[in-house]
Formats: sequence, C-alpha cells, structure tokens
Amino acid sequence: MGVYPVTAIRGNANGRDPLVSVSHVRHFYKRGASSNLLVLDDVDLTMHDNEIVALLGRSGSGKSTLLRIVSGLMPPTSGEVTIDGQKVGGPADGLAMVFQTFALFPWLTVQENVELGLEAQGVPADERSKRALAAIDLIGLDGFENAYPKELSGGMRQRVGLARALVVNPKLLLMDEPFSALDVLTAETLRTDLLDLWCEGRMPIRGILMVTHNIEEAVLLSDRILVFSSNPGRVIAEIKVNLPQPRNRVDPAFRALVDDIYARMTARAAPAREGLFPGTGISMSLPHVSTNTLAGLVETLAEPPFDGRADLPLLAERVQMEVDELFHAAETLQLLRFAELAEGDLQLTEAGRRFAQAGTDERKALFAQHLVTYVPLAAHIKHILEERPSRRASIIRFQDELEDKMPEEDAETTLHTVINWARYAEVLVFDGETGMVGLDTPPSAAQE
Amino acid sequence: MTMAKPFAGSPIANISTNVATAWPNRYDAVVFLAVGALFAGIVQAARWMHQPLASLDLHPVSLDPWNLPQYALLTTLRMFAALGLSLLFTFLVAPLAAKSKKAERLIIPALDILQSVPVLGFLTFTVLFFIALYPGGEFGAELAAIFAIFTSQAWNMTFSFYQSLTTVPGDLDEAATHFRLSPWMRFWKLDVPFAMPGLVWNMMMSMSGGWFFVVASEAISVGDTKIMLPGIGSYISLAIEQQNIGAIVWAVGAMAVVIALYDQLVFRPVVAWSDKFRVELVAAQAKPESWVLDLIKRARLFSAIGDFVGHLLQTLSGSVSHLSKQIPDAPKVSVATGRLFDWAWNAALLVFAGWALWSVYSYVHAAVGWSDLGEAVASGFITFFRVIVLIAVASLIWVPIGVYVGLRPALAERVQPLAQFLAAFPANVLFPFVVVGIATFHLNPDIWLSPLIVLGTQWYILFNVIAGASVFPSDLSESATLYKVKRWQWWRKVMLPGIFPYYVTGALTASGGSWNASIVAEVASWGDTKLEAHGLGAYIAKATAAGDFHRVVLGVGVMSLFVVLVNRVLWRRLYALADRRLRID
Repeated sequence: MGVYPVTAIRGNANGRDPLVSVSHVRHFYKRGASSNLLVLDDVDLTMHDNEIVALLGRSGSGKSTLLRIVSGLMPPTSGEVTIDGQKVGGPADGLAMVFQTFALFPWLTVQENVELGLEAQGVPADERSKRALAAIDLIGLDGFENAYPKELSGGMRQRVGLARALVVNPKLLLMDEPFSALDVLTAETLRTDLLDLWCEGRMPIRGILMVTHNIEEAVLLSDRILVFSSNPGRVIAEIKVNLPQPRNRVDPAFRALVDDIYARMTARAAPAREGLFPGTGISMSLPHVSTNTLAGLVETLAEPPFDGRADLPLLAERVQMEVDELFHAAETLQLLRFAELAEGDLQLTEAGRRFAQAGTDERKALFAQHLVTYVPLAAHIKHILEERPSRRASIIRFQDELEDKMPEEDAETTLHTVINWARYAEVLVFDGETGMVGLDTPPSAAQE
Repeated sequence: MTMAKPFAGSPIANISTNVATAWPNRYDAVVFLAVGALFAGIVQAARWMHQPLASLDLHPVSLDPWNLPQYALLTTLRMFAALGLSLLFTFLVAPLAAKSKKAERLIIPALDILQSVPVLGFLTFTVLFFIALYPGGEFGAELAAIFAIFTSQAWNMTFSFYQSLTTVPGDLDEAATHFRLSPWMRFWKLDVPFAMPGLVWNMMMSMSGGWFFVVASEAISVGDTKIMLPGIGSYISLAIEQQNIGAIVWAVGAMAVVIALYDQLVFRPVVAWSDKFRVELVAAQAKPESWVLDLIKRARLFSAIGDFVGHLLQTLSGSVSHLSKQIPDAPKVSVATGRLFDWAWNAALLVFAGWALWSVYSYVHAAVGWSDLGEAVASGFITFFRVIVLIAVASLIWVPIGVYVGLRPALAERVQPLAQFLAAFPANVLFPFVVVGIATFHLNPDIWLSPLIVLGTQWYILFNVIAGASVFPSDLSESATLYKVKRWQWWRKVMLPGIFPYYVTGALTASGGSWNASIVAEVASWGDTKLEAHGLGAYIAKATAAGDFHRVVLGVGVMSLFVVLVNRVLWRRLYALADRRLRID
C-alpha cells in the first residue's frame, strides 16, 4: 500500500485510452446573482480497466457531484471528462448508475424496472425479457420478477438497482453510496456478493467508480481511494489499497490503513480552529448538531475506556454514528473548546472534562460561556438583542443578514443550530410561531 | 379507501403552505380580469348570434319513467365526455406549465382562480355561445352542456397533475435521465404514474361536482330561450314545472342507481388500481379494494384481450417514443436575449391585463351603475353570511359524528363509502322536496332555502373528519386515556387539533361548493310558486332568467372576488396553520 501525490497519475501501460479520464474539472453551484459556491476545484482522475475506485469524502466534498459529472447527468462548469477517449456530453451509452435511494419505480415490477434501460434503447420485447431475467438471476432475485419494489426489503431493492444497471451491459458501473441506506448486516452481504461477482468476472463491466463516506467500505472494496476535502472538494490524497481480497476488517494492516485515512480526513482541521467550518466570524456556516449529541459525546469521551482521548474509528463504532455526523460533532466540540482534534484522535480539553463532571445547571452555564465566547454568531445575536429596547428581534432579520454571506439553506441551518444551542444554554428564547428571538432574562433580572 | 388521505392530492394540498404567498399577487389580478374579459367576450358573441336560438327545436322531454334509463345514460355520457376532455386538457396544459416558466406564470394563477370561481354563473353564456356555433341543432346544446361540465372538472385535475410534475422525486428523475428515457416514455413511465393517485382523487372530486353541473346544464332558460336536452336534469326540471312529485321520486331513484353503478363500476376499480402508484415504499395497512377490479384481473379472456391491446399499444408507443427523441431541445438563448424575452412577456401580460380591465369595465358600466355594484356587493355579504353560518352548523353536526365513526374502524369502513356516495349525489335533484315543503308550510325562504346550499357539500366535512379521526395515532389516544383526559379537554387538546388539517380540507371544499350551489339554491320554483331568498346567488339567477347579461357579469365577478378573497384570507391561512402546527407525521 503506497500513497501517491495527487498529480502523479499512473502511466498508461498498454497505450489504450483510460476507461475514465477526468481533467481539471471545476464545478460551481449558482448561489444568488453574484456569488457562486465552488464545490469541485480542479479535480483530476484517471481510471483504468479492472479497477474499483472509491471517492471518499464528507458531505459537501463534491464527490457525488463528480459522479454525476462523469455520468453525464450534469455538465461541469469547466474541465473535461472522457470515457474510452470519448468526451462525455450527456447521459451516455456504456454507463450505468446505482443510486443511494435505489430509485426504483414503485409502479413497475422488478422485471419492468430492470427492463427500463433496455426499453429506452429500443431493444425488442423478447430480448429485453431474456436479458432482464438473466440479470435478475445473476443478482440472486430469481422468483421475484413479478414483485413490486414495496414488497421487497432494502437489500433486495438495491439488488434490483444493481440488476437494472448491469442489464444494459455497461463498461463502467457508477455507484452513489450504494449501501448507505441499508442496515449494517445487509450492506455487508451485498458488498460481499458484489465483490464475488466482480472477482469471478461474472459482470460485463470493466470498472466500478463508487462514492462513499464510509472509510471501511472504501478500504474493503476498492483498489484505489481518492480522499476528498470539503468546501471546496479537492482530492487531498490518493491511496492505493494493495491488501488481497477477501479483506479482513481486523487485519492490522487494514486497521492501520483505516486509521491513516481518518487522520488525513481530520488533518486539515487541526491548524486553525475557525478553519473547521467554511467562512469566518458570523459568516461561519455551521452544521446541524444537537446539544444532546454534544453532551453524549463528551460523556462517552470522559468515560473509560477512552478516559478523555479516543481514536475516531473506535469512537465512531462505540457511539454508533456515521463518520459525517461524528466529524460534525467533534468539530463543534473543537470550535467550542471542549475538545481537540489531532491525528485522528479526539481529546477532551480541561473545560470539556469539567462539562462532563458538571450537573445540568452548571453545564448550561459553562456551555453558555463558551458559546458566546467562541461562536461569533451567538455573540452577534446576543449583542443585537441587548441593544434593542424590546430585547427581541425577528429571526428573519438574522436570516437575511446570513443569506448575504452564505447560501440560503446553509444560513437556515446555521441560524437554527446556533439558536438551538443558545436555547439550551438559556442565552436566548425563541418562539417558533412568531419567529421572534429574545434574550433569556433570568427571573430576577426581568424585574429590574 | 383513498379518501383516507385527503391531503394526498386534494386541490387544497396544492396550496402553498407559505402564509406570505397566500395573498393574491399581480398575476392573480391579470388572470382574474382576463377570465372576466373572456367571458364578457363570449357573451357578446352569443348576443350577436342570438337570433337562430329562438327557432331551436329539440326533442321534447317526457315524464314517462320508462324514458329514465335512456335519460340517465345520456346524462352519464355527457359526464364522461367532459371527463375525457378534462383529462386531455390536463395532459396538455399541466406539462406546459411544468416545463415552461413563462407559461407557468400565466397558467397557474389562472387555474387557481378558475377552480374557485362559481362556474355555474357562466353556464348561461357558454350555452348561448355553443348554440350560436351550431345554430338550430342539438349538437351545439350538447357541446354547451359538456363544456359546462368540463369547466367544473378540468382545473383542479390540471392543478394536481402540474403539482405532481413539479414534485417528481429527484432520484427517479435522475434515473429516468440516466437511462435515457425518451420524452414520450418518460411521460408514461414516470410523470403519469407518479401523478396518478392525486389525479384519481381529483377526478373523483371533479366527477362529484360534475353530476351537479350536468343536472343544472341540461335544462337552461336564458331570457326567452329555453333548452331542454334529453337527460335527468331536464326530466327534473319538467317535473318541477308540472308539479309532479312522483316523477321527481323516480328521478332521484334513477340518479341513485346511476351514482351507485358509477361508484362500483368505475370509481372504485380505478382507485384500487391507482393504489399501486403510491410512492411510499412501505405497504399501507388498508389497501383500497374493488370487486370489479378483482373480477377484471381474474377474467382470463379479458386479460388476454388486455395483453393483446397492451402489445399493440406498446409497439405503437415504441415508434412514438422513437419519434419523440427527435424533438430538438429548446434553442439556447443568451442571458440578455432571455431577459429581453422575459421583459416582453411581462409587458404583454400587462397590456393584456389593461385591455381586460377596460373591456370588463366598459361592458358592465354601459348598462349598470354604481348602485348596482353596491347591490351586488351587499347581496354578496348576505350569501357570505349564509355560507359561513351553514358551514358552522354543518360542522357542529358532522364533526362529532365523524369523530365517533372515525374512531371505530369497523363502522368507518361501512360509513365512509356512504359519505362518498352522498357527496357524489347531485343535491340539486333533491331541491324540489324542500321547495314543496317551504311552499306548503309558507316558511320564510331566506331561512329555509339556506340549507340547500350545504345539502350537497356538507359530506366533504363528514368524510374528511372520518378520515382524520381514523388515522389519529393510537399512541396519542391511548396516552389521553391513561392521563384521564375527558370531555371538553379531550376535544380541545386531543381530538380537534388531531383532525384539524382534515377538517379544514373538508370545510374549504364545502365552502367553495356552497358558493356555487347558492346560484341554484337561492331561487327555487315549484310549478308557478316562486321562492326567493336574498343573496348574490339569487341576484345572478334572476339576472340570468331576465337575460340581463350585464348584471350576470357583474354578479359573477363579485362572487368570484368573494370566493377568491375568502379562500386566500381565511381558508388558506387556516390550512397553512394546520400544516405547520397540527400535522401529525
């Protein structure tokens, strides 16, 4: 297993065009009239035959966008994608996608769903039926041809999704978080089955390009992992996985690789605290993290076996959180100075330890203090309200202010997150009916 | 029972929950005026071509009960012809609105207003217009009746389809693009199936309303022109004229049979069939059932024929699908050109609005003064008051009954179809009984004619409340029992909030229908006895009978204004509130 710098892409041994080539792809999302949100920044990727490549990153890293650009579902703002040397300019032959949400048509039977792509290509009915049944058989759904998707379990639905993709004889299979909507056991079975089909060469495909946020899944399945940073999405590392198949999760080499990737994905966060989240000051865009999650995480960290310091993969397993959620919570703790992120570990600060020991009221006071000190937006709202004689303001006032600085949705999430934190800390009150934000005045102060 | 999901595709579910948008915007004004101008235009045209009407000679309708099956069939045919037209209209107009921003700006407010306007008031104009198109023939009158039914059916169906088109799930949309479905294939494999449950619900609502209109549109007298198309509506109208109560009983019986047959043979199978198009991936507990559908599914010959037809259609649709791929994409225009187009479009709308305003004003003002406007508005308030009071009375009666029934699933299963049946039954068929009663006992028509306007619409309240109560979460009702929440507190804190969104849906529908019904309910006759209540409905009905089109336009305009304002200011706000606060997900 070796780590290559991003720019050093493998040379083409046999002189053929690479299966997929992505060069200098940048992508913006339009946000209002003036500003654009950069989601992909100068991404390069070359994929050869017989490779499984995983695009690994957190939400907002643009990895799903890249997959859609490769599939031709959306054009990149700039840059070029070729498949077998052919420029991609729209949904093309030879590609098939498996969707995270399965995207099965509920009113079509399993067989009709599988035949969909063939019908669109104008394949005659007899041949369509023959090929569809073969694909259904291959994927292990024999006997369910006439079932409707709602009669099937999640795992079986995704098998239909896979059959529908394979039946069009694609050279490249695109998978968008194919197992993330499934429970742990089902996902594992499907991964194993997919690998079996792949290794035995029973699928007509020449390569798989897969998007995931699950580090272990990436290490388990792929030959190469491209690690994406968030905001904007850039490839920050390209990792070749040389472990032999079948891979074993408890193998020390496997664990070491997973740890290494965890460290890489948190590395960028370490130097500047405010750099964790996009934007600075009050325009810092914050994710939705509940105070219950924060408190729970602090408590778990403080308890044995962690005793204040935890390896992120182990912590993720312990608290049963998705990597993305855990990162958000961990980074929020870091922003609030209750914990520090370093080298794939999360360590409680002194304040964090005190928080873990404290009772409810004490916790709220401590949280309030850190909130106002370290979250500029909380301080800003408090300041504005204090200046008003009524000590109240409409949430729309802050919403508008934030929308000048970030996309509308982010503004809403950020504002609600901060208001919820402040409600917990008893800094602010909020009336969801009228949309009024006010200062939470203690009873004694109210009489003054 | 699809009724158990009143939100699923009811016209009200189309309403934006955003309170801020509940107020009429400028497009509303444009369209509102445009519709007025259009109808004023039709009236003018009809007036010019008025002459041949006097000589119109149609087959006389007779009161012989043996004619009733034939009349019922004709009435039903008109109904389905109109439904077919509405469906065609829906499939053409809704995609246009969903695909083109410019078309959307015109179509959506237009539909929104058209579905709340009292179409009954326009009936006379459209009848005259179509008869003038085919002078001397029955065909024109037939077209007029069908068009009248169409105008009561099409808008909410189109709205529902448009709404579905704009909310197609993103992943299915992507899958369709990814597998490169042709536009034709996409329409039939994705758009139509996804829209189906909502569309079926709306078709059913349209049918219920349609029965009311078909009865009203068969026998029309405008000024001295009298048209009687063979059908149940004309039969009833003749029976009223001849004071033949026996014939009316026969007609009611025939109508009941027709509605029951339609319910069992058409509506129920379609609902049961459309259940498979729901996008929930969990199977629902109570699946709609239909013995007719089961029968069709089990009939071997029928399915063989079905397969054959399906095969033919597939081959045909394959070639259409291929053709539809050839349709070139809309030409790309630069941003500046696009903006210029936008600007030109808006300017055109503005000019059109100005012209419409001017033509409505000049038409009405030519014969009608400000005092008439005052009279129309005052009558409007009387009818408004009548509608509100009667909706309140109907609510007091039906909400407790609906809750009682809804909480008992076994009972609800039996009562719900009955309520649906009653809602579909054209209440105007029953009017004569009430009128006879009022005439016999010399009652005050201002009071006793009033219940007629909710006679047909009160059932919407009942079956929506039943639906709401039957899906009330059992954990909530169990915890209410455990905490011993009783009587008034139980109603106030537990049940009323629980059914509120459903109640608002029902009351909104009932209120809209009641305005419409006021046109036929505030003036009634039995032979030579004329009964008349004060109100805008009576104002319009009298103006129609007198052939005074200026006052009809004025009256209908004022009524439209009332309905739209009441919807926007009262019902939609309540609906938004219900959606925001009281929806149990």
